[in-house]
This record gives sequence, C-alpha cells and structure tokens, in this order.
Amino acid sequence: MVTSVTSLGRNGLSDWLVQRVSAVLLAIYTLVVLGWLIAQGEVTYEAWSGFMGCLVMQIANTFMIVAVGAHAWVGLWTVTTDYLTNRQIGAAGTVVRLIAQLVIALLTLVYVLWGLVIIWGGA
Amino acid sequence: MKVSIYRYNPETDREPYMKEYEVDTGGKDLMVLDVLNLVKEQDDSMGYRRSCREGVCGSDGMNINGKNGLACITPLSATAPGVLEGKKALILRPLPGLPVIRDLVVDMTMFYNQYEKVQPYLQNNTPVPAIERLQSPEDREKIDGLYECILCACCSTSCPSFWWNPDKFLGPAALLQSYRFLADSRDQATDERLGKLDDPFSLFRCRGIMNCVSVCPKGLNPTRAIGHIREMLLERAV
Repeated sequence: MVTSVTSLGRNGLSDWLVQRVSAVLLAIYTLVVLGWLIAQGEVTYEAWSGFMGCLVMQIANTFMIVAVGAHAWVGLWTVTTDYLTNRQIGAAGTVVRLIAQLVIALLTLVYVLWGLVIIWGGA
Repeated sequence: MKVSIYRYNPETDREPYMKEYEVDTGGKDLMVLDVLNLVKEQDDSMGYRRSCREGVCGSDGMNINGKNGLACITPLSATAPGVLEGKKALILRPLPGLPVIRDLVVDMTMFYNQYEKVQPYLQNNTPVPAIERLQSPEDREKIDGLYECILCACCSTSCPSFWWNPDKFLGPAALLQSYRFLADSRDQATDERLGKLDDPFSLFRCRGIMNCVSVCPKGLNPTRAIGHIREMLLERAV
C-alpha cells in the first residue's frame, strides 16, 4: 500500500473511476455540442447564446466544467508524480513537485469557479 | 555479422559504452544467445546471465535491438529487419530501468522486492487435507495464462510506469502473479490482497499501454490480468 495525500481521492480506485466517468461525460458533451453545430448549419451569435443559455445546457456545462477540472487534476497529478520526483530530477524533486501541484490545483480551481460564474452569472 | 554490445565494468569504466564485434554465423539463423556465446569466445570479459538456454529459467532477458526478450529463444530473424542478412548490427543492451551490475547483467532487487509484496504463495487457513487441496477443472483453468510466468523481468522493464516509480508501482510481472493467486479458488486471502492494491500507485499506475504484452516471451497478458484485478477492486468497493 502506497499512500499519497495529494491525489484527488487518496485512493487509486476512486481516482481511476473519476477519470473514466469524467471522460465519458466529456465525450457525451462533445457529441451533443458537435451534433448541435452540424444540425444548426450557420451558427449566429443569437443561436449560440440561446443554446448555451438554456437551463439544460447550463446544467450540462456545469457537469462539463467540473469533469474537466477533475479529469485534469487526476491526469496532471499522475504526470507530476511520474516526472517530478527525486529519482528523475534529483534532491529538489519533492519541493518542485509540491509547488507544481499547488499551482495546478489553484489554476484548476480558478478555472472551475470562473467557468461557473460564466455559466450561471447571467451576463 | 556486426554485433554491438553495451559494456560497463564499474571497476574500470567511468561510463558505459557500446563495443562492436564481428561474428561469423555462417549465414545461419542462430539464437541471440548463440551469438553472445560466439562473442564470449572472442572476449571473455563480456558478462551476461544464462542458464537453461531454452526459455524456461528467464536468466537472459535483455534489450535486443530496442525490444526486450530472452536471448536464448529469440532467433536473429526475429530481432530486426536486416540483422540476419548482416545489413544491420545486432544491438544488445541490458534490461532498461534496472541498475547495471556489469555489461548485460542487471541488479534485479527492485523487481524482486515488488514480487515479494504481492505474497506470491497460496494462503489458506483451513486444515490441510490428507492428499491435496482439490480444484475443479473449471477453477484450474482460471490460472492458465498466469502461472506460466518465469520472472524474466522483460515486461516490467519495458514499462515506463515501472521505470518512473519502480519502488511504488508493482509492475506487470508482480501484478500478473498477484492475479494468479486472486484467481485461485484455493486461496482465501482475496480481501487482504485487494486491500493492498487500491492505492494510487501499486496497481493504478498502469496506463494500459501494453508494452508488457508485446514483449512477454511466454505470450502472457499482464494488462488483461491488471484489468481483472481492477474489476475485482471495483466490485469490492462499489
């Protein structure tokens, strides 16, 4: 058993499940948006704004932004624990990894919150 | 034909280098181990492991023209196009990712440590029967494709996840062995075994790139075994 306090669920199975479920959600979202774009033909600002502003799409967009955040964190956490380690880059590995993870976590959080403001802010 | 071999003797060399040899194979499709034996006749300072010379002991795992394999059962024709014809050199390096002791001989300690962690033995606390613990033919079939592993380390040392975290990620060989006992109807430690595998590294560092499957000299499929363990973990937790 290898413990880690920085992984999303602190458990391999939950991280794996989060990554797979978020990937499925994102795939469905992409197909729906692509389908709408193809069905629409010519896309005007009004049509796009109306489509994205409806309640169903607001909920879908919320799922999408949370899924992107979770998916990105699990993926980037894996990348940092593969390449930013003492084994790969020497004694500073742990500090570099922790700083990188902190920056990634904060940026992800900012993007998710910003996305939610855009979706529900009504501007 | 030309043979290029990774050489490193920590007592005399500052760093590793590739040494070239010219070997006369008589145009025959020899095994890589036969070629190594011919090189050894020219230069007895060159070190490599070998024992059974028929793909059973797993001693002579090495990197042959970029792909891990057993020297004793890899014919020159299966190494890379042009090697048998002498148009291209046969390039031999030690298994990647493990510390080199000398030339083609690597230190397998990290590999064996991970093997030890999966407790590769039957655990059953019921009284021992007079003759043997019986198993139905169907249950016995479940460990086919698992018990045949010879621990040559070709799979684990071709896996980037094992290169980056050899102390945390168990690697395909150990995980195949883990499933060998999880799938065994006579073993009773399923829950304890699974409990040690659900952290983010031990098993879940496998990204399913299947290098292990493409190099296994026994034709085994560690990726599939890892998938089965994942299913067992999911069933246990959901």
